[in-house]
Amino acid sequence: MELAGAIITLIGSIFLFLGALGLLRMPDIFNRMQAGTKATTLGSILFLAGTALAHAECTCIGKIVILILFIIFTNPLSSHALARAAHHIGIPLAKKTVKDDLAKDEKKNKNSQTGEGE
Amino acid sequence: MMKKLKHMILSFLGLMLIWVLLTSWDLQEIYAGLIVSALIVLLSLGMEPVLGDVKLTPKALVFGLWYIFVFLKELLVSNLDVARRVVNPKLPIKPGIVKVKTTLHSNIGKTILANSITLTPGTLTVDIKDEYLYIHWIEIKHDDLEGATKDIVQKFEKYLEVIFG
Repeated sequence: MELAGAIITLIGSIFLFLGALGLLRMPDIFNRMQAGTKATTLGSILFLAGTALAHAECTCIGKIVILILFIIFTNPLSSHALARAAHHIGIPLAKKTVKDDLAKDEKKNKNSQTGEGE
Repeated sequence: MMKKLKHMILSFLGLMLIWVLLTSWDLQEIYAGLIVSALIVLLSLGMEPVLGDVKLTPKALVFGLWYIFVFLKELLVSNLDVARRVVNPKLPIKPGIVKVKTTLHSNIGKTILANSITLTPGTLTVDIKDEYLYIHWIEIKHDDLEGATKDIVQKFEKYLEVIFG
């Protein structure tokens, strides 16, 4: 049991490491967030689950389930808020970027609004 | 009114569950939890009854449980996918922001859809406007709205539609 917990914790920390590597390697803020959110979510979940397995004798499993649920609910929210703010203040996307529907639609909205004002 | 009552009952049960998991099966602590949960539900009466949109049919419950497994599988796949891109020396990405359409109406349904999209393969919700979601996609496979919607949204939507409507 303890061994299984240790292995799961190790896998979790590998995902956390890959997330950190992704932060360094990705070209712009949105791609960095991709690496940041997903890897940290699964990494933390595995880390906590591994801890619960390794210390199965304690009564902390309920608490760990709650921690995992809170991480699942809050992690994407924070990255969504960051991405939205970043796009809103106009941080440029990487050169590799193919298209940007949001900027296009925002421009269209602005044009139609000024068109009504005239 | 029904919606509000449902919201109150569901949030009370949820709070109680968290309380029990955090403490223990001691009778005194359960009494304290009952009081605190009831107080929180009463104090938040003025807020939007978000949980009122949850459907409580047996089918919705089954889909809700099944959704957890679908979600965990997608979470694992997405991590392996992003990890593969990160360790590849060529960094094979083709990012962009695409627009997709959802048929969900309730706020909580949209919230959970957006969160699920953020946590799954190569996609990140940037903004929501009414029924359109703007999604940053790490490798664009479809250029048009229909194709992107089919690829990103529909695998979750068919479950969430049953659960939240």
